[in-house]
Amino acid sequence: MRARAPFMLAVLLALLGASVVPAAGERLVVSLSNHRVMITSNFVGDELVLFGGIEQDQSSHPRRGGYDIVVTVAGPAQSMVTFRKSRMLGIWVNADSREFENAPAYLAVLSNRPLDAIANAETLRRLQLGLDNIPLPQRASVNIADSSSDDPFRLAFIKIKTDHGLYREVSNGVTFLAPALFRASIPLPAEVPVGTYEVDVRLFADGTQIARAPAPFEVYKSGFEQVVTVAARDHGFLYGLGTSLMAVLTGWFASVVFRRD
Amino acid sequence: MQIYLPIADLPVNVFVILAMGLAVGFISGMFGIGGGFLMTPLLIFLGITPAVAVASVTSHIAASSMSGAISYWRRRAIDLALAFMLLAGGIVGTAFGVWLFTTLRAIGQLDITIGVSYVLLLGIVGALMVTESVRAIIRVRQGKPVELRRPGSHTWIHGLPLKVRFKRSRIYISAIPVWGIGFFIGFIGAVMGIGGGFLLVPLLIYVLRVPTATVIGTSMVLTLITMASATVMHAATNHLVDALLALILMVGGVIGAQFGARAGQKMSGERLRLLLGLLVLAVGIRFALDLVVSPENIYSIRPLDTNL
Repeated sequence: MRARAPFMLAVLLALLGASVVPAAGERLVVSLSNHRVMITSNFVGDELVLFGGIEQDQSSHPRRGGYDIVVTVAGPAQSMVTFRKSRMLGIWVNADSREFENAPAYLAVLSNRPLDAIANAETLRRLQLGLDNIPLPQRASVNIADSSSDDPFRLAFIKIKTDHGLYREVSNGVTFLAPALFRASIPLPAEVPVGTYEVDVRLFADGTQIARAPAPFEVYKSGFEQVVTVAARDHGFLYGLGTSLMAVLTGWFASVVFRRD
Repeated sequence: MQIYLPIADLPVNVFVILAMGLAVGFISGMFGIGGGFLMTPLLIFLGITPAVAVASVTSHIAASSMSGAISYWRRRAIDLALAFMLLAGGIVGTAFGVWLFTTLRAIGQLDITIGVSYVLLLGIVGALMVTESVRAIIRVRQGKPVELRRPGSHTWIHGLPLKVRFKRSRIYISAIPVWGIGFFIGFIGAVMGIGGGFLLVPLLIYVLRVPTATVIGTSMVLTLITMASATVMHAATNHLVDALLALILMVGGVIGAQFGARAGQKMSGERLRLLLGLLVLAVGIRFALDLVVSPENIYSIRPLDTNL
């Protein structure tokens, strides 16, 4: 099996019309500054730093075009609805909607130069790289299909997510410190949802992907934040009673403190 | 000072939330309304999801109603008998409203129904209150005799059977319209997600002819009971009540409600009704603009499977 893999790759690339069959000699080594991002009561967002190195062995030959790196960070899946308003009888109502099934709640595509300079459109589409190519399966009534990249609902969804800082494509998000050493910073805005984040680092040379490495991390709540979340989720009724009692006591307390007569 | 809200999942500025609680608490103490129709849009504006905003605001309203109610209780301005009779109708109305809410959601007409009914209700109630109170104020200015807490004459409502005497309010009236109003408030509250204080207060004043002084305290007791139960129901079913957000809102709210209640008692009934009428009208106009003016972005997104 091992021996056949490069052969299969070569055949595949030949079929795709790649002019030069690259020898898969490079290896990617990546590491995150932190694998567990903790949300505490003073959390206002965070930034993770990803470091990576490109290891070459005897079989790898120098690349004329140098290396390119594309880092895709995808947060936990979340199903969302996009509504479109239209005018009915003179008033604006949400007339039409699409459900996006299991869309990533957070998505960052970082690269060292614009994606279209790294690989051609066909390759990017096949590898699902960039906000234009990320799969966002949508549901209209009963059918589920991946939306085409110019679908208005899809574009609107990505735009709103981008405005909230939850989706982003940064073409200078990866910096090469040395020809085979790079770093990327992953910005996490304050609204990041908790869950597991997949980080997918891809190495490109001459327009082709030659190596790939994962580096997942986790965002979780801790301390007080976690206690409240667990209480609200697992003991909803008691939690509600507690909150109501808190309301009554706060109200009573204020009337005692501010009593003037 | 930023603090991360555990259920809303985002950081907020404590002082902004505190100030919002204070301002809405003042208004709610002054008029005896919950103020949810003011607070919920403010929270949504800060980026909190509508579902969490609605669920958390309920406990804030409960707290400011409690604070206001105690201060009215000391002034003997609460009619408990009236409050509990309204509540009896309210429970049935809420159940009916929840049923209609589910039905409308199923046939996909919820948004337009809520939008249009908000505008109609707020617009009509606000306009009626403003015209009536302006007329009353003009009459006082012209030195004509003040109609002692009884605008208008007796209507068919006073001819209904099952009469009950409400001692605190000094009214003798049929129980049927009281239940009816309770039912209507409960129904509207469930369909539109509001406490309904801004409707209850004018209904009690104009339909039942309850004196403005007792109306506010009585409305607060009713709001306290319904909102405290709503908090428990939201927490038990949707798990979306943010206790930390609620606490910050409450602290501001109860303080505001104390000052509001005092300011309200210093003001004449007509003037109070005029101010509430203007407020209701303003909110109604705002919702009407939302419906009529072309939106900046015709697209909006929200998570699937939440009630809002």
